[in-house]
Parts: sequence; structure tokens; C-alpha cells
Amino acid sequence: MIWDAIIAPFVEFGFMRRALLGCLAIAVGATPVGVFLMLRRMSLTGDAMAHAILPGAAVGFLVSGLSLGAMTIGGLIAGMLVAVASGLVSRLTTLKEDASLAAFYLISLAVGVIIVSTRGSNVDLMHVLFGTVLALDNVALTLLCTIASISVLTLAVIFRPLVLECADPQFLRSVSRLSAVTHFIFLALVVMNLVAGFHALGTLMAVGIMILPAAAARFWTTGIGGLLVAAACVAALSSVAGLLLSYHYSLPSGPAIILVAGIIYGLSVFLGPVGGILAQLVPRRHFET
Amino acid sequence: MIALAFQNLTLGYDRHPAVHHLDARIEEGSLTAIVGPNGAGKSTLLKGVTGALSPLEGRVRWGSVAREDVAYLPQQSDIDRSFPISVKELVAMGLWQEVGAFGWLKRAQRARLDAAIAAVGLTGYEGRPIGALSGGQMQRALFARLLLQDAKLVLLDEPFAAIDARTMADLIEVIRNWHRQGRTVIAVLHDHETVVTHFPETMLLARELVDHGPTPRVMTPENHAQARVLSEASQLAPEICARDAA
Repeated sequence: MIWDAIIAPFVEFGFMRRALLGCLAIAVGATPVGVFLMLRRMSLTGDAMAHAILPGAAVGFLVSGLSLGAMTIGGLIAGMLVAVASGLVSRLTTLKEDASLAAFYLISLAVGVIIVSTRGSNVDLMHVLFGTVLALDNVALTLLCTIASISVLTLAVIFRPLVLECADPQFLRSVSRLSAVTHFIFLALVVMNLVAGFHALGTLMAVGIMILPAAAARFWTTGIGGLLVAAACVAALSSVAGLLLSYHYSLPSGPAIILVAGIIYGLSVFLGPVGGILAQLVPRRHFET
Repeated sequence: MIALAFQNLTLGYDRHPAVHHLDARIEEGSLTAIVGPNGAGKSTLLKGVTGALSPLEGRVRWGSVAREDVAYLPQQSDIDRSFPISVKELVAMGLWQEVGAFGWLKRAQRARLDAAIAAVGLTGYEGRPIGALSGGQMQRALFARLLLQDAKLVLLDEPFAAIDARTMADLIEVIRNWHRQGRTVIAVLHDHETVVTHFPETMLLARELVDHGPTPRVMTPENHAQARVLSEASQLAPEICARDAA
């Protein structure tokens, strides 16, 4: 029974194993980035960046069809352009980062939709928007795993400056020149992981696997280390459960994975011991002073 | 020895000067209070020293202190109080210049970390998240971080705003220790009693420099009256300043 429901699909079908590997790679690579996005109150930045990537991927698609490389490079370029342009505008002018990012991603999105609608068919648009986790080939898998590895290693290298940049940016700027560098490397990681994510889950769903596990983890633990681990676990669990749901009930896999993550998030809001609703309703006795 | 000097320094926002043609020298090892009415350019001057604000005219000339040797406590820090780090981790940031982005904390540095936390009376709070601190405790933690920065020049922007008497007394003791160790300290302050009691030097600002020197000479009713007049004399439609660069 359990075998049939949980293990068998992965044993019997290669595409399920590939999908699982791809999703786990994204879980390991993207969720730590999502945790920092959440801690920096930039959760919606991820969403904006995901939209910004669209025209790049579309141009890549126009140039060489459904080519993984072209779409990846296009997406990376578009995402980096928007990240750097909005970062520069916010650092050089009085406009805040959220407003400048919104401006650039909307421009980018408009360009993307125009490109897709003039040249591509609706099926292609669906591919870009919703991904094809059940049709990952070797090249795509290698790409996902490579990006996940680079992402985790880079995050380990910039960990301390990044934590400072989040907690007290003014102080980091006063003692070090790494502030801007750290910020841009971090944005680059966001873009990279979104590009990886959109191959599997689509541009719209890629943000989900970044942000939902991070938001859920916030209700279970307080330290940064704990948050990173908990978020990755939530993402991995959502991947497995989502793929199985999609297999047994013929649901689109990307949204199924994100929906499971959403359910876990919802449960965490209620049941999480750190500031969850239930924990607030049933207060524990306080300490002596 | 001169720690740093302001030469015809004009700082401001959007071409409106907040500090206007300031000439002054800060002696090495001096303990200086900057006083003046609201909008007198006190905080702006500190931002000019840290380099956060570029001069509209003139410059800050560095003497025996290098720009890297400065520790700065802003009036409103943009610390994210909800960020999940502990008091100890916050204070340990003060070791950044020694440890950098990748180094370990050596045994001696851990000892200094504990000593700094003890010096501001936060022993026992090391593991608390910074979100759980009161305003006064937060200010203590930030002073501990300043202690670890081990800087030759310490800039404090209204360090005692919304702080109770006990905390203030403890933190003044930290400042007096810096003074005894020969560090240069500049603090923006509002409470005249604190200035007269604890700060040998005072700089009275009202956009223009009113007076700068020994505190008893500077803190006179005449000087304060002049500062009030200067700070109220702001023009609605200002013309381009014609004062030439000295």
C-alpha cells in the first residue's frame, strides 16, 4: 500500500526519478536564498525578479527554439540587468529599491509578454509560465544541480557579510566595502535560482519553492541555521508529496508542489511553536525575572 | 596633534547647507560635545566625518586619525530588530575589522567579547535575541560593539536619547574610559547638564559655527542666544551662497 503510493512511482518511472532529483536540487539551492529574502523583507522581490526573467527566456526561445541553454542565458541576462539597474538606481538616487525594482520588472515583463505574444504559440507560453518538471532531460538536470551547488557554496562564502547586510547594513557599510558587493551577489543568486526553478516549475511557480518553505520555517525555529535547515526540509517534503499527488491524480506537477508547500505553510501558521496562532492562544507560564 | 580638521566644510541636502563653511580642529584625545538647536547640522557633521555624506564645499582633513579608525553610533540605527541574531552576535560585529568576513574568533577575541559585554552590564543576556532587548539594553549592546571596534575616533550621535539615568551613568563611564585611554570622542548631545559635567570641550553649532573651545567658555547664555538667532534665520527663497572658498 505504502509501497504503491509512495515508492513505486519513483522506482518504476525514470521521469519521476528525474523530476524528484530536479526538485530536490531546487530545494537545496533555492530555499536558503528564500530564507534570506524573507529575513530582508524582500519576499515579493523574488516574485518581481521572476517576472523580470520572462523576456530573457522569451528572446532565448525566439533565437533557438526550446533550447535550454539559450533560454537559461536569456533569463540570466534579463534578471541580472533588472537587478543591477534597480540596484544602481536605488543606490545612486533617492528612489528606494522596491520602487526602482518594480519599475524595471514591469518594463521587462511588458517586453516579455509582447515578445511571447507576437512570436510564440500559447503552448510555448504555458511551458515558460508553468515549467516541465516531468520532462527534465540530462542537460536540464545537470544545469539544476550545478546551479544548486554554486548557490549553496556562494551562500556559504558570503554568509557573514550577508547576515550583517540584513541585520545592520549601515554598520557593514561603515566597516567594510563589501556591502554593495554582497547585495549584488545575493541578487545574482536570486536570479540564478529563479532561472533554475523556471525550467522545472515555471517562472510563476519558481518563487513559491523559495518563499513558502522559508515562511513556514519561521514558525518552527528562531536561529538562522535552524531556519535554513527547516526550510530546505519543507521544500524537499513538498517536492516529494507534490510529485506523488501530480502522479496519482494527474495534476500539473509544478503547482502541485507549490500547493503542498502552501498547505505546510498554512499548518505552520496555526501549529508552529514560534509565534503560531495556537501557541499564542495557549500561552505558557512565564519565567521569573 | 590634530585628530581631524574641518576646512571650510559645507554639508547639506539638495544644495541646502546644514553645516555652513565650518572651520574647526579636533585635538587628538579630546572629548568634545556638539550642541546646538534642532536642525543645527550636528548629525550632518558626523555623517560628513564618516563619509556617508559628501561635502558640498570644503573638506574633512584627516590628521592623526585615519578614516578607517572611526567608530560611529548613529542616532537612529537601521538595525532590523526582528532579525534572528543574539546579543553576543550583534556585539561581535565590532570585531569585523580584525576578523573580516571569514576569520574565526580567537580565544583572546572571545575574552574581549565577554569583557565588552560585561563592561556595559549585559552579562547574562548574551544569548537573548536582539528583538527581546529594551531600548536601554540595545544602546548598551551597541556601546559594547563600539568598545570592540577599538577605534581611535568615536562618533556618538545622541547616545542618551530615551535612556534612563542608570544606563546613562554606565555609558558615560564607558566614554570617560575612552577619554582616559587617549581616544578622541565626539558626541552630539542635547542635555546641557551632561555636557557641562562630563565634556571638557564643546562645539556650539547653528549651521554656522558659534563657538568651539573649553566647555565653560562656550556654554554661555550669549552664545546660546546667538545660536537661536542663527538657526531661526533661514530664508524661504535662498540665493546662491556668495561666500568664497577660503
